[in-house]
Amino acid sequence: MVTDLGKIEKTCLLGFMGQGQSYKTSIMMNNLACMRSNRLIYQNISQKIVGGEILWVKGRNGSGKSTLIRQMSNLLPTLSGSLEISGDIALTDEKLVLDSNLPLEKALRYWADMDHSSLTKLDDAMQMFDLILLSNIPVRYLSTGQRKRANLARVFASEAKIYLLDEPYNGLDQDNIAALDRAMEKHVKQSGLIVIASHIKPQITIDHILDIDQRPAKSTMQQSDLVGIGR
Amino acid sequence: MSKKLYPLIEREVRIAWNGGNLWMPIIFFISIAILYPFAVGPDAKILAITGGGVLWIAALLAALLPMERLILPDRENGFLDQLTVRGYSDEWIALAKIIGHWCAFGPPLVIASIFAAILIGQGDDKIGLIIMGLLIGTPALAGLGVTISALTAGLNGAAAIGGLLLLPLAIPILIFGAATTSPDPGSALQLLAAASLAMTVISPFAAGAALRALRE
Repeated sequence: MVTDLGKIEKTCLLGFMGQGQSYKTSIMMNNLACMRSNRLIYQNISQKIVGGEILWVKGRNGSGKSTLIRQMSNLLPTLSGSLEISGDIALTDEKLVLDSNLPLEKALRYWADMDHSSLTKLDDAMQMFDLILLSNIPVRYLSTGQRKRANLARVFASEAKIYLLDEPYNGLDQDNIAALDRAMEKHVKQSGLIVIASHIKPQITIDHILDIDQRPAKSTMQQSDLVGIGR
Repeated sequence: MSKKLYPLIEREVRIAWNGGNLWMPIIFFISIAILYPFAVGPDAKILAITGGGVLWIAALLAALLPMERLILPDRENGFLDQLTVRGYSDEWIALAKIIGHWCAFGPPLVIASIFAAILIGQGDDKIGLIIMGLLIGTPALAGLGVTISALTAGLNGAAAIGGLLLLPLAIPILIFGAATTSPDPGSALQLLAAASLAMTVISPFAAGAALRALRE
């Protein structure tokens, strides 16, 4: 009798925790600013995104999209404002992280193992980006578009809830853009969170748009105000 | 929560094996042992007295060779970024790098030192001391190598600056290491162990700080 009760309590607790976790996936930015080598990149960025939503970070070349993605990835310090992230992150940018001497599948599996992802998820990701036929080809022989797809497959094989994609459409042809959109929709359906930094408008449904070019209060804070904080 | 070190170490050794970082220092080390008797003559007595010191200089110079490829490629292909995203601290990454680099550098060098010592005409007792000395000293050389590699990654002329930084810092290792093979070693082995221990323990923190600065 006692053990039964214990079991029920445990399942309730687990169920509750499970729900809590899926709800908890979120990124909260409040008045975020970034300065690099004494140059103010952006400021007053405020945005809240939760699991199941897509954020499109919009802006021209050099407007700071990639910097924002790097800051969200905890690769750059937060100068002022606050950034709260709950959930594991998978990041892809212009850097090809895969080991160039390994065959593609082994290179992808290295990261899948690091992230404790299931092999079926890796297989699915490779299928989604049409990489199965390239499994045995060393990464250094892949073309630009193939590398980009491989890098995306690495992210979509990850069990992380938060996907940060920096210019994911670059180098992809029409079919693969559609494949990427399908993959993103699937991730969002599983209460994942996606941030896309792109200068072109994604074709899928976007929940939030963050336009870095048009920060409303750009002039309220001068660079000189921030110099002191940076030191 | 401690993050997995093993995949990083395994990768380090694999890349050294594939990229020539494993063989280059060994071939360099052995070639010095082959060339040295040609230069000073085949007098067994002179070789026996000076050979130990020459092997230590060779080991030190061999440690310079892989330095350029230790950190820079991983910074450029985003590997270091990916580890940071996964919550690895910079010190932890540095520790994995140092262990991985030592695995690809220390044991092969120790094995090569047996042949090198025979080529230079060292006696059996000296060979044992050289092996022991290198086993004790190479972790410090690996730690210094990774630290300086992280400090100089991305600089113009990184290899030259790295060499200029490593050689003076490695002098204690060279002095005590070479002294273990001298006729009157005193407590050189203990001093070598002390110097190596201090450098090995400090280097993950120093290299970690360098990696952090590299990311900005």
